[in-house]
Amino acid sequence: MLRYTLQRLGWALLTLWVVVTLTFSLMHLIPGNPFAKEGNMPPGVFENLMKYYNLDQPLYVQYWLYLKSLLALDFGPSLKSSTITVNDYISEGFPVSLHLGLQALLIGVTLGIILGVIAALYHNRFPDYLSMILAIIGISVPNFILATVFINYVAVEWGWLPAATWGTWKHTILPSLALAAMPMAFIARLMRSSMLEVLSQDYIKTAKAKGLARNVVIIRHTLRNAILPVVTVLGIITANLVTGSFVIEHIFGIPGMGEMFVKGIFNRDYPVILGSTVFYSAILIFLIFLVDVMYTWIDPRIKVAGGSK
Amino acid sequence: MKRGFSIIVSLVLLLTLALTGCGGGTKETGESGNQKSSGNTGNNILHVNNSSEPGSLHPAKSQGTHDSWPLRHLFVGLTMKEPKGNTGDFEIKGAMAKDGWKISPDKKTYTFELRDGLKWSNGDPLTAHDFEYAWKYALNPATASEYAYQLYYIQGAEQYNSSKEKDPAKLKALEDKVAVKAKDDKTLVVTLVNPTPYFDELVSFYTYFPVNKKVQEQNPNWANEAKTFVSNGPFKLTEWKHKDSMKMVKNENYFEKDRIKLAGIDWTMVESENTAWQMYRSGQLDLSYPLPGDVVGQLKAQNAPDFKIVPEYATYFYRFNTQKKPFTNVKVRKALTMAIDRKTITESIAQGGQKPAFALVAEGSKDANGKDDFRQVGGDYFKEDVTEAKKLLAEGLKEEGMDKMPKFNIMYNNNDLHKRIAEAIQEMWRNNLGVDVGIENVEFQVKIDREHKLDYDVARAGWIADFIDPMTFVDMFTSVSTQNDTGWKSQAYDAEVNQAKKSSNAEVRMAAMHKAEDIIMKDMPILPIYFYTKAYTLKENVTGVFTPPDEYPVLKYAKFVDEKDKKNKEKQ
Repeated sequence: MLRYTLQRLGWALLTLWVVVTLTFSLMHLIPGNPFAKEGNMPPGVFENLMKYYNLDQPLYVQYWLYLKSLLALDFGPSLKSSTITVNDYISEGFPVSLHLGLQALLIGVTLGIILGVIAALYHNRFPDYLSMILAIIGISVPNFILATVFINYVAVEWGWLPAATWGTWKHTILPSLALAAMPMAFIARLMRSSMLEVLSQDYIKTAKAKGLARNVVIIRHTLRNAILPVVTVLGIITANLVTGSFVIEHIFGIPGMGEMFVKGIFNRDYPVILGSTVFYSAILIFLIFLVDVMYTWIDPRIKVAGGSK
Repeated sequence: MKRGFSIIVSLVLLLTLALTGCGGGTKETGESGNQKSSGNTGNNILHVNNSSEPGSLHPAKSQGTHDSWPLRHLFVGLTMKEPKGNTGDFEIKGAMAKDGWKISPDKKTYTFELRDGLKWSNGDPLTAHDFEYAWKYALNPATASEYAYQLYYIQGAEQYNSSKEKDPAKLKALEDKVAVKAKDDKTLVVTLVNPTPYFDELVSFYTYFPVNKKVQEQNPNWANEAKTFVSNGPFKLTEWKHKDSMKMVKNENYFEKDRIKLAGIDWTMVESENTAWQMYRSGQLDLSYPLPGDVVGQLKAQNAPDFKIVPEYATYFYRFNTQKKPFTNVKVRKALTMAIDRKTITESIAQGGQKPAFALVAEGSKDANGKDDFRQVGGDYFKEDVTEAKKLLAEGLKEEGMDKMPKFNIMYNNNDLHKRIAEAIQEMWRNNLGVDVGIENVEFQVKIDREHKLDYDVARAGWIADFIDPMTFVDMFTSVSTQNDTGWKSQAYDAEVNQAKKSSNAEVRMAAMHKAEDIIMKDMPILPIYFYTKAYTLKENVTGVFTPPDEYPVLKYAKFVDEKDKKNKEKQ
């Protein structure tokens, strides 16, 4: 297991280096300048800014400087803010996005699995249709529409919860629900088809024939096998949820890190683009690793490569 | 049977959702905006939304409205705008400086005397040295201040700021040549490159705010956190959760603290205009600005009592790439300018009470006599006339040796309003002139980049003034301006603008700027569309919000009125 982990770590670092290099080259290829604006920009002022952020150096020097600071875990300054650095963006924004993402994940996964299981057990009966209608709505209605409807009714018309911003747990309810809809629907559908497949397997018939209680058959024999595909996608879903959703954070005015991904590019804020990409990649790589480990725990037939017995 | 039933159920459910979704959208604006007509009177704190995290709250590093709106409530300069009536009119009055500052006969040297007993929010005495220090700090090339050029009116400022000097001694010599000097703790002497009649107003601008020298030298990052923040304005910063919120409370050391009735201001940083509007409706905010475009139209149609429209000193226009055929031809440019219907654009699309523009300089600045508006004196430069436009287009194309207008694009930056206006103009040109026009949506940074490189046909633009003087508009289109971006150059125009810059005589200045406007509107490298307005909503129990035409709403004189008092007054 240790050897396997170290091996994976080596690959992870290599992947990150490739990500940094690719992102660095691509972002300098797109047109536009971080300091371009509609107003006046005398050449002297522009040169001072370029010098201040080392952007007047040749690209290979900038690349080298960036790699060096990255080794010291310093993501650099934001070109659009003199008060918060990219590290601040992450250290202040990530906990918020993580909080929101985990809540949404919990809601999405729990409800998704429950709906999927119900749908499979009542195959082609009313509960199945109801669950799948919910799933279709969750997938086809974009979360910004859900968010807008929530704000308009729950917050403004009925006055039950605050409309936006981030503070108490009450503030977290609406964005968590809006964010959970999509993964819930996705997992419900996945869980349903996977359950149906497992239910038709011979060993389930055997278990039933042996006279095992229905609950035991479902929980011990069906669920455990049917959940594997869900675990597979869980890594990516989690990475997406915990690094923040630009749309949801934008609509609810939540100070997470979702905006980094969009605004970085939009403003040509080079360190923010790099920082967000590297951080997201690191999280994703870690979660995929975690998923691989979880497989072995759920399904004893799977062994990690090079793992000891 | 079962299947049929489930399909019906699902359709009904989907339909309900779709309907409630759409209904939500229209209903939110369908009702009058004042669902809760009063805000949070209880603790005397005003709640507003700053739309975004300020990039910086350091006077030297700030630029743009998300920085300047809160900053103007934390600091005050040598002078300030004093409201006159309720219209947004103002006069310039001494703030840190006593009224009656001295101006030399050549109008280039200003001597400001500071008031007695001025203090920073931390209790330190505020002196003329703090101003000298702040301005020189902003000009220091190492500070890399984006707005340093706002100080270029001062002798030696541009030379120092754009210097590439590496030798510290030589750089220091350049710094010492910047003509701002604290003669003693109370006297600040400034010498300008040219006479600048609006310098009185300029020193109220935020790049001219003072900085506490002692604090800055001890902790260069003082402006990044609330607990180290020291300011001299009506409020002081007590809490700053980055990207989330700010809290300000009344500064007891403010020189006019008795005029400040609010206990404080709470700022959120919600970027979505729609969400901010919903927060206003639910009572989380007392003032909502800027408003979403469709909400403005609805509120205006309903005459909502908490809805206000005030003028803004700004122009919405299109640039022509005058280096590209056939836009090289003035008749073609004129034809396109005359063939659009501005009233339809302002009344049906922009919907915020904007005024159709037939010139470059917006309404809102005074002419030489100090009474009439510069715009009224200058008048309109052209009329909308489709027949004339068709004739001009045919003539122009002939002169360029073309028999048909080639297809061209309107380039605009990604924004709903810009898109709808571009589509309308596309349609008007197509119908009125029979020309084939495309529209091209690009990112803001890409638009700026392509404008600089003259890689466009027609491009959307807007200019919101930094100070109230026609110079802010005419200065954009000189040959040396970095904002010109039309490829159009005129020596005669440059000469008029320079004369206006050098003259200290109001009549000469205004006459020169009128002449400059004559020249540019004759050549038409730009297509004026409308003059902006500011539309906002304010809870009915708040008064005293002041809206100068070149700033976001000023909240320092705001106060809550007691609902009962107000009702009694209405009864009487």
